[in-house]
Amino acid sequence: MSPDLLKLIFGRLGFESLPLHEPIVVGTFAVVALGGAALLGGLTYFRLWGYLWREWFTTVDHKRIGIMYMILGIVMLLRGFADALMMRGQQMLAFGGSEGYLNAHHYDQVFTAHGVIMIFFVAMPLVTGLMNYVVPLQIGARDVSFPFLNNFSFWMTVGGAVLVMASLFIGEFARTGWLAYPPLSNIGYSPDVGVDYYIWALQVAGVGTTLSGINLICTIVKLRCPGMTMMKMPVFTWTSLCTNILIVASFPVLTVVLALLSLDRYVGTNFFTNDFGGSPMMYVNLIWIWGHPEVYILVLPAFGIFSEVTSTFSGKRLFGYTSMVYATVVITILSYLVWLHHFFTMGSGASVNSFFGITTMIISIPTGAKMFNWLFTMYRGRIRYELPMMWTIAFMLTFVVGGMTGVLLAVPPADFVLHNSLFLIAHFHNVIIGGVVFGAFAGINYWFPKAFGFKLDPFWGKMSFWFWVTGFYLAFMPLYVLGLMGVTRRLRVFDDPSLQIWFVIAAIGALFVFIGILSMLMQFAVSLLKREQLKDVTGDPWDARTLEWATSSPPPDYNFAFTPVVHDNDAWWDMKKRGYQRPLTGFRPIHMPSSTGTGVILAGLATAMGFGLIWYIWWLAAVSFVAMLVVGIGHTFNYHRDFDIPAEDVIRTEDARTKLLAGAK
Amino acid sequence: MSRLKILALLPLAAALSGCDYVVLAPAGDIAAQQRDLVIISTVLMLLIVVPVMALTVLFAWRYRQSNTSARYEPEWDHSTKLELVIWSAPLLIIVCLGALTWMGTHLLDPYRTLGRIKAEHAVDQSRAPLEVDVVALDWKWLFIYPDYGIATVNDLAAPVDRPITFRITASSVMNSFYIPALAGQIYAMPGMETKLHAVVNHAGTYKGFSANYSGAGFSGMRFNFQGLDDKGFDAWVAQAKSAGGSLGRTEYLQLEKPSENEPVRRYGTVDSDLYRLILNMCVETGKMCQSEMMAIDAKGGRGHEGLNNTLPLTYDKYARRGTPLGPEPTFVAGTCTPDAPQGQTTASIKAPIDIAPLTGAGLKRPTFTPLKSSSFFLGQRPKSDS
Repeated sequence: MSPDLLKLIFGRLGFESLPLHEPIVVGTFAVVALGGAALLGGLTYFRLWGYLWREWFTTVDHKRIGIMYMILGIVMLLRGFADALMMRGQQMLAFGGSEGYLNAHHYDQVFTAHGVIMIFFVAMPLVTGLMNYVVPLQIGARDVSFPFLNNFSFWMTVGGAVLVMASLFIGEFARTGWLAYPPLSNIGYSPDVGVDYYIWALQVAGVGTTLSGINLICTIVKLRCPGMTMMKMPVFTWTSLCTNILIVASFPVLTVVLALLSLDRYVGTNFFTNDFGGSPMMYVNLIWIWGHPEVYILVLPAFGIFSEVTSTFSGKRLFGYTSMVYATVVITILSYLVWLHHFFTMGSGASVNSFFGITTMIISIPTGAKMFNWLFTMYRGRIRYELPMMWTIAFMLTFVVGGMTGVLLAVPPADFVLHNSLFLIAHFHNVIIGGVVFGAFAGINYWFPKAFGFKLDPFWGKMSFWFWVTGFYLAFMPLYVLGLMGVTRRLRVFDDPSLQIWFVIAAIGALFVFIGILSMLMQFAVSLLKREQLKDVTGDPWDARTLEWATSSPPPDYNFAFTPVVHDNDAWWDMKKRGYQRPLTGFRPIHMPSSTGTGVILAGLATAMGFGLIWYIWWLAAVSFVAMLVVGIGHTFNYHRDFDIPAEDVIRTEDARTKLLAGAK
Repeated sequence: MSRLKILALLPLAAALSGCDYVVLAPAGDIAAQQRDLVIISTVLMLLIVVPVMALTVLFAWRYRQSNTSARYEPEWDHSTKLELVIWSAPLLIIVCLGALTWMGTHLLDPYRTLGRIKAEHAVDQSRAPLEVDVVALDWKWLFIYPDYGIATVNDLAAPVDRPITFRITASSVMNSFYIPALAGQIYAMPGMETKLHAVVNHAGTYKGFSANYSGAGFSGMRFNFQGLDDKGFDAWVAQAKSAGGSLGRTEYLQLEKPSENEPVRRYGTVDSDLYRLILNMCVETGKMCQSEMMAIDAKGGRGHEGLNNTLPLTYDKYARRGTPLGPEPTFVAGTCTPDAPQGQTTASIKAPIDIAPLTGAGLKRPTFTPLKSSSFFLGQRPKSDS
């Protein structure tokens, strides 16, 4: 075939795009291919495809979508963490003239992929998954406002993850750092597909995130059960509301800035070029106007989880509910006024730097108030040290250190000596692992029995906890030290042999975290095997306080047979106290949304379009785009959107629960 | 303040022995003041962080489930007095820290000319500061000493106790110019100029590097910074002078090509206009300088003739940037005006005649005297010293 024809069909994709020269990648591919083949074969052998498609892929049930988000987050955690181990290994070895085992081309992709994956495809899915699962239950709703949109959002996030994963084996990923600053990320300096993978993975996933934000805001504002005024909402719902407001207000900025970068790369505009009046600093501003709120998008729901957990396991009302809510709102607003602290060192004037430094510090006031609120919730409580509470204590002790180094970095002259150093790396891992990751794990351990009807195994949970926590300190305290020695981030080789010991300690810490992750997987497996012993039939294993614990575990498709009525912000606690009796008669048919495969198809097409654009396979991009429009319009003619669960089914489900509850007594 | 500092340093000092904690023990006055701010801020915050951590541990232990002797008040959830304390305690700390930040940021602004050499030593006004023009290249550092007419690659030196004024730019992508022992970092960005004022107080050899990832050769962008006594510095200058090579536009274009782990190089003579040309992205002959373009724009532009300026302005390297929609850079092909509603193509506009190297092909030099070019730049602040 002529080269022109080949180019027309395959764009710039060719055999040389496969990284066959990288033995590590080839080895990984072999393992992934074997594992993938085994998984697919297993699914086919056990005839699970139909089940998966009907019950999971096409579901619009917020609970199942929430669970799928969590699975996505945990799978991507394995990938992101593999990158972390590779980095730690490289930095531990590359001393005294040694080049380590990764060349620059590979290493630079590894640290970029690590950042992108951990933020967009681990932290975001974990947080979104928890919100998706818990929020409708906490507000006594039967689903989110737009169930189909929810399914579509999830699959768009998966689409982005698929593109990132594809870059491992087809072509390469960006070598720019996780925010892809131009001019480095522009076509003149990064002509390969790496940055295009970055752009389209984030664009596809970003659509999902934005829509899911809109969906959850609408759900919280419109679907609260009777009696639940704004100031009676559980704190997790409050933080979710603020997080989703942040998502809706900030993700469009990311979308636009990436669109401008793609225009620069694809059609030769000059938004962020050095020449023709382009301004790379504009990109840096815009990406951080998204990027800083993003940090709070991740951590606010974690704050909500800690609030629920502290109150539940202290057996006590949350101290200072009102100030907790106001603190959350203040953080939401202030998070938009601090973006410049990410680049004090780019030559802004002293007054500008001071302004952004001081606004940043001000955020620590409401955050500090929250910390005290948790503290005084524990005060005169009766604390049960179950796993969620253990993660919460670890969070409180770890997060204050991260918060302190954060405020330190907000002092511009201090930032001048610590910016881009390993001190900064230690700081943000301190708050993201100590805050978001510990929060997600507290949430997983807390709500798992709600989702599956049995608790998680405490032994492996504690193994995971202790390995994670000690691993974290071993891995990141040395980085604080290295930062004070003036060691900068993203270095591949080092010349000063006296630094090596610290990198060795950090690598050992990473191994500890690795054992922690394996223990967590073990915890899931063991709990599944021991599910009869760990079973909870009450639906309220922790003696908890909010509405999600009022229904069965796992909740029925319709969540609540009767929409609850709320009189207090610890609604379920209040109901228990006042001797609430479950209604046993009078059930009626329940109106529910129908499953649809449109979300999967649309997201698949969007991913194909992204792939086409990455590799300049224009026909594929065009065909997928047109197909998306056709499917989207076609879906508007789908009149099978809803159905009624017949009263008999509701009665059967509720009677079964009545028997279970009677058996438990 | 100094007592606080010593107190804070004590435990650190114990842990530090043997390692080079350059950020905490720098050799330059600016970095030392930045270090002081790091320590004072940390101590200020510890005032609240330590009690919080202690209370966490205390409450976590005291109110454990098995301790039935502790008070249990499940309905207690509000106390106005406590609320006042938990909001105002962090607020007070932040007020102090904010004041410190405002002052510190202004005093240690890298653009600010130095007021002192070190504590209680004012700047000697009779002695001019050492000027150094810094260019971050792929992947090495070029230092031009305009006063001495020399240039070096990956080798920087300055006399002890003489203020240094760095003017910093880059050739292609963003880097960050950082010598931890001397002063905090500042970005080096193409087409833009940043500044740093600093002074080294102790003779010695210190590490300098790029603190912002800039591509494949980033790890090797290291250089030594030497603080020398006056005699030593003169000898260092003489050594460069005697190295003999000369750095003109052609040699620079060779030098700026990407290369990794470059050894030290010295140039005895250097084109005195080179730094301005680098900053304005017009070292290559036939390129229009940014400053000239901006001067033209400031005068209202050149109308249709300006359409022919795209090629001489193209800069971002590895040749003219190709795009997937065509190998040539795109530019406006035609315009429509009230006079020519069907559009007027560039073909009908007078073709470039005079290819004066620095004025841009096809353009006559503007009839006014341009302002000093460097003051036109983004990121460039009005000069206080000119």
